[in-house]
Amino acid sequence: MPLDRRVGYINLTTGKIESKPISRQIRKMFIGGRGLDAYLLYNNLKPGVDALSPDNVAVISGGFLCGTLASATSRYHVCGKSPLTNMLGSCNGGGFFTPELTMAGFHHLVITGKSPKPVYLFVHNGEIEIRDAKNVWGQGVHETQQTIREELGDREVKILAIGPGGEKLVRFANVISGLKNSGGRTGMGAVLGSKNLKAVAARGTMDLKLAHPMEALEYDKRFITQITSAKVNQTQGRIGTPFIFGATNSQGLVRAENFRKNQLENADAIEAEALDELSIGMAACYGCQVHCRSKFIIPSGKYAGVYDEGPEYTHQCAFGSEPGCRDPITILAATHQSNMYGIDCLEAGSMIAWAMELFENGILTEKDTDGIDLRFGNTEAVIAMMERITYRKGLGDILAEGPLRAAKIIGKGSEKYLVQVKGMSNLNSDERATPALALNIATASRGSDHLRSRPAIDLYNLPEPVLRKIYSQPVKYDGPLSSDFRSYEGKPWQVFWQEQTYMGVDSLGICKYHTTFLGATLPNWEEWSRVVYYNTGIEMTPLELWTAAERTNNLERLFNIREGLTRKDDMLVDRYFDEPTPLGTPGIRGRTIDREKFKQMIDLFYQYKGCDENGMPKPETLQRLGIDKEPSHLL
Amino acid sequence: MLNYEKCTGCRLCEMVCSVKHEGVLNPSKSRIKIVKWEWEGRYVPMSCQQCISAPCLQVCPVKAISRDESLNRVQVDYDTCIGCRMCVAACPFGAMGFNADTKKVFKCDFCDGDPQCARFCEVGAVQYVDADRVAGEKQYAAAEKFNAVLQKVAAALASVNQ
Repeated sequence: MPLDRRVGYINLTTGKIESKPISRQIRKMFIGGRGLDAYLLYNNLKPGVDALSPDNVAVISGGFLCGTLASATSRYHVCGKSPLTNMLGSCNGGGFFTPELTMAGFHHLVITGKSPKPVYLFVHNGEIEIRDAKNVWGQGVHETQQTIREELGDREVKILAIGPGGEKLVRFANVISGLKNSGGRTGMGAVLGSKNLKAVAARGTMDLKLAHPMEALEYDKRFITQITSAKVNQTQGRIGTPFIFGATNSQGLVRAENFRKNQLENADAIEAEALDELSIGMAACYGCQVHCRSKFIIPSGKYAGVYDEGPEYTHQCAFGSEPGCRDPITILAATHQSNMYGIDCLEAGSMIAWAMELFENGILTEKDTDGIDLRFGNTEAVIAMMERITYRKGLGDILAEGPLRAAKIIGKGSEKYLVQVKGMSNLNSDERATPALALNIATASRGSDHLRSRPAIDLYNLPEPVLRKIYSQPVKYDGPLSSDFRSYEGKPWQVFWQEQTYMGVDSLGICKYHTTFLGATLPNWEEWSRVVYYNTGIEMTPLELWTAAERTNNLERLFNIREGLTRKDDMLVDRYFDEPTPLGTPGIRGRTIDREKFKQMIDLFYQYKGCDENGMPKPETLQRLGIDKEPSHLL
Repeated sequence: MLNYEKCTGCRLCEMVCSVKHEGVLNPSKSRIKIVKWEWEGRYVPMSCQQCISAPCLQVCPVKAISRDESLNRVQVDYDTCIGCRMCVAACPFGAMGFNADTKKVFKCDFCDGDPQCARFCEVGAVQYVDADRVAGEKQYAAAEKFNAVLQKVAAALASVNQ
């Protein structure tokens, strides 16, 4: 049963390994995945430690429904203290790793200490082994996985690995499983690297007993129909997330040339249709019928003939609109680099674009770049800088430190060109015309991010009754709602509701494409309540699931507060308020965020979360949720 | 009918197969398996081919394996089976498995006419079709590629003639 999957505790300093069961009470309170990770992290990490020291803790997990018949439940989650933001480090990816971890008997691994030499973990049928990683240290992400499989003599082993980026402690190094299933943000790859942990390999053949197998099977069929009948998922299944670039770039909702523009003009060559010509088909994660990953072979250039997966919307922007490049081959090549090196494509692209703006403004010169012409549009500079960041060469060594630290080193007013929240670069959308999305990135628990609370459907101009239907369950909401994405009305509730929803799916281990993220007709609390019951036997009403998400969202906030978060950290950079959008459709051109209205949105958002005006959870909120005595060490 | 060109590698077939037959989710007990070359992006569904001249049937010392012409399948009679696993050794496709818990061999039985792998495979990489239609569908799929080329040629000619 999903209920009998355990938590493994691995101390890399001492080599001590133990495991514990997860009680029903814990499941009902924190569910699993990102939710239970928040609890494990809060309880196992001492406040104020250096994120790259042995004192940091890394928690790796699969969701409560991982590997069950709930469709697309393969998401893994890794958390710890972020070396990029010094706050919550948290990343999430798909693929096949966590189903294998589940079949091997575990849902969560809590990793502490630091190994004296490079190692990897091998988790198999209830056992956890620490193995020597000398053969794979230094290898790229893909090579590492192939070598470990050969070493273990089993082609079915699934591996979560770091690349050279994680080994070199690039502060935005990621973890990757398979070709491109990346836990991209907040630098969790560097945390594993700092512990000398190269990879976690899993192989399992243990039965996963479902509480009501036949009901789960039939409900999954219905669930899949609901998921694949959504138009957005049919598009995703054909061309993947690049379709988002087409929809948003044409309007002027994309970050281009760092933040100078909100649209990359004449971008036909890197649009979804152009990239689709280079795709050789689509691939899927475990059990998913959406199959949104493109497969490609790089047709020319430095990496000609190499097979990889992607590119996604983020790659199009990070290596296209951000550095002002209109070359599809550069996008494919840099996508491959980020997959192979194990660095966050978004943060890397943002750092390069930021350096380009500094270069064009004369803050950086060719002396600083070792002769690289860092002007916008130089495709070769992008490829060169990806390598230099990973291996920390020259300017790359500075950029590898992430936005705030790099600006401190460079000085000369460079910080005012940064586009970041909480020390993490903003994603590739431009939110100056969309207050709801701006509120989302300012308040997201892991720094500027769309996958923590973005009401993306706000861009669809949905009629108010439709919005009301979506945003009034499972708790009633009768405040204002607006179909206009430029309005400030009702947006704090939408952001709060999405924060709850994403915590729900992240705890269950379900992919966000299967909920109200890009589509308005996808499964929600009611459906999750049923898949949880059929697959695990636990009865939780939609409201109980919602309350569990409130609990874990508050725990993440408590974690950040313990590390020093205050209201001033829930804020956008001045450029959002001062520089109007120069391009886009008439409704989007010339927009900025209104400071006063933005402040009011944050006030309301805090109110919905049960926080005071400083963003601190109120004692009565914590009491109501049963987390007023944390850390409680129940597990 | 198994079509590797359509397979996206999701392995939902393995999941539903094990749940349907064993009542538990465990891909290692599935009758169908997706064999992958992840680093090349190729996924090949493998299952029992229901051979006309089946090695498993021929090698079985107690004649527990027979052909069921009504469903065009090779089937195991568990009352007769002695669990010697000769069939596992003889199968050239690895399609005969052995369940270490129940001590029984297992193979695809077409779910008695409603194979769950085919039912759940939205992309149609696994399909359950009448034997006399298999060739026809493949002919159409192959001809479609040819047809697409002809269409392009026709369009090019039309633009030249204008």
